[in-house]
Amino acid sequence: MRNIVSSVIAIVVITAFFGFGYPLVMTGFAQVAFKGQANGSLIEKNGTVVGSKLAAQAFTGKQYFHPRPSATSPAYNAGATTFANLGPTNPELAKNVKDAADAILKLEGPYNPGLTIHDIPVDAVTTSASGIDPDISPANAALQSRRVAAVRGLSLATVQKLIKENTIGRSWGFFGEPGVNVLELNLALDKLGGQH
Amino acid sequence: MSAQGITQIVFYCVALIALGYPLGVFMARVYMADRVGGRRLRFLSSIENGFYRAVRTDATKEQDWKSYGTTVLVFSVLFFLLLYLIQRVQNHLFLNPDHMAGVPSHLSLNTAASFITNTNWQYYGGEYTMSYLTQMAGLAVQNFVSAAVGIAVLVAVIRGIARRSSGTLGNFWVDLYRTLVYILLPLAVIVAAILIWQGVPQTLHGHATAHTLQGATQTIARGPVASQIAIKQLGTNGGGFYNSNSGVPFENPTGLSNFVEMLSILLIPAGLVFMFGRMVLARRHAWAVFASMFVVFLLGVAVNLPSEQHGSQVLRASGVNITQGHGQSGGNMSDKEVRFGLANTAVWTTATSDASNGSVNGGFDAQTPFGGAVPLVNLFLGEVIFGGVGSGLYGMFFYIILAVFVAGLMVGRTPEWLGKKIEAREIKYAALGALFVPTMVLVLAALSIATKSGLASIFNSGVHGFTETLYAYDSQGNNNGSAFAGFGLTNFSADFGTIAMLLGRFVPMFAALALGGALAKKKIVPASAGTFRTDGATFVVLLVGVIALTAGLMIFPALTLGPIVEGLMH
Repeated sequence: MRNIVSSVIAIVVITAFFGFGYPLVMTGFAQVAFKGQANGSLIEKNGTVVGSKLAAQAFTGKQYFHPRPSATSPAYNAGATTFANLGPTNPELAKNVKDAADAILKLEGPYNPGLTIHDIPVDAVTTSASGIDPDISPANAALQSRRVAAVRGLSLATVQKLIKENTIGRSWGFFGEPGVNVLELNLALDKLGGQH
Repeated sequence: MSAQGITQIVFYCVALIALGYPLGVFMARVYMADRVGGRRLRFLSSIENGFYRAVRTDATKEQDWKSYGTTVLVFSVLFFLLLYLIQRVQNHLFLNPDHMAGVPSHLSLNTAASFITNTNWQYYGGEYTMSYLTQMAGLAVQNFVSAAVGIAVLVAVIRGIARRSSGTLGNFWVDLYRTLVYILLPLAVIVAAILIWQGVPQTLHGHATAHTLQGATQTIARGPVASQIAIKQLGTNGGGFYNSNSGVPFENPTGLSNFVEMLSILLIPAGLVFMFGRMVLARRHAWAVFASMFVVFLLGVAVNLPSEQHGSQVLRASGVNITQGHGQSGGNMSDKEVRFGLANTAVWTTATSDASNGSVNGGFDAQTPFGGAVPLVNLFLGEVIFGGVGSGLYGMFFYIILAVFVAGLMVGRTPEWLGKKIEAREIKYAALGALFVPTMVLVLAALSIATKSGLASIFNSGVHGFTETLYAYDSQGNNNGSAFAGFGLTNFSADFGTIAMLLGRFVPMFAALALGGALAKKKIVPASAGTFRTDGATFVVLLVGVIALTAGLMIFPALTLGPIVEGLMH
């Protein structure tokens, strides 16, 4: 009985402090010190939210860089993230990879003479953990660069320069792996104009 | 396996020891102090005493192991009921900007059990199931509390080892308060602040809507994420705010956030080993225990990383470029994120399964057969390689006792550990603590495989489906919480999981408390020339060997049916 009374009081006190006090203080801190990050790193263009720096969105147009495949429903759903969960020997995985590779060969082939499946970086045909991986590998960006340059009538050097500018290197040059943020890269391209 | 990747792994190990050691020293002082803060920070003990008055406990009065255990149980059961209730009625409560419905009963039960037992198994996707109230005031509170309960019990058991001819192990409310306020809270504030800076949301605004460049509408889930992720990593909880856990950029946006979260997984468990060494005045022994854990940890990375780099069968056969270098990390990138690459996913996978954390930064279901076998085996070892906060080290005590027992048999002496004679009673508690969960896991997995209702949860067919099932009960029974996430929710799997998590938490916990109680009563036997030394390389080999021979051999037959068969397939 004594334990029950003590526990009930402790639960109330702990919930008040750790369930409200702590997160609300952190929220206050975040909203003051890091407002952009705290609200989802949203990107606005002409006053409209066009996406988040931290979430891939669907790009199918030839003038754009394309993100990695996504297993969410619909694809790139930043409100319901998920893995694909297909095992290493699952025939469905084999089919998905093959379909993705075929689509890339068809899309990039005309701009990259002699392109074969062996030139496709693995991240371009595999789903990410979140389904909204905002990045593609630099290798994947390089593969897409000729198409984007040709379609937009830009020089390859210009596109490569933009890729470089939108490559997120390792944190402090050390932690993690480099990736190219697809949304920011595409926004930078649109800003340049020259879309045909 | 790039040189860059290896350097990151080495740096991680160095940082773990460099930060874990002082943390352990600090924790030992917190638990051994009569009053924390001394004269200069008198307000600390004033607040602390206020808490003791509020919960009506006399902080100077200690409890024996049964009383300590009963308090833990009552406290946990009541919190369990509250957590269940919050989920069921969240649709009628406040802080629900996106109008989440009430959570169904079997799922609520499973989730409540999951969070009070420090498991954080998730049969739901947080961002589309739970209201902010449930996440913040329900689940995240348990991230603090279940971690604190584990550490409190460990501290009590350590007192039992350190004391002589004593009937008591400490006062639960004191240990709980000090863990929450002096250890977990400061660390959580620091980590949460770093995560916010790196881009993890911390807001009460509901989901954002974006109008994409191609004219579609995109929902972007956010919320009070950073405060929850910080403690989820530190308290070996692992329950994500989002479905894909720390693979989601909003939970883990950068290489730096990944490093901090990954370090947080093992930080407190590593610190506790050093704390133990100080509290029982056997620092060399603690180093030997740490070394044993560290060796098994490195072994895990050494198997997982090359397997993943080699790639899955499907990817190798497909012909796409999986070679590391030239602007990609290559390998098995299925269900992995570009910004982490292979090395950071391998370390995370190994750390999270060693430490009963269960958070993931990449999907386990898609790992290669041998890569995925690493977490599977790590869990099965009973989460004693660093292990859950508190529970990992008291779980390791079972194996240490079995190890000195085996050593005693070999030299024909009564085994001793830290000056205490190990006798029949202690061996029984240790055997119960070490063997109960693995046995239960195998039985539950077998029942699940043998029944239609159990089979309904399987996502990948064939051998891999067996591994999914085994992993589910392995993870829940050992209170880890990571998953081969294709394994699906049914009423059967929810309820079986609930049973696994509750028994998996409280049976070893009571075995540990009983062990602590029994050891506290004993006198100290002076060490002699014949005493088996528990602080050298021989002991490390023996301890790792005993773990491999008990839990390791128990999982082996099941391993051959799952990952090994799949690994041999083309």
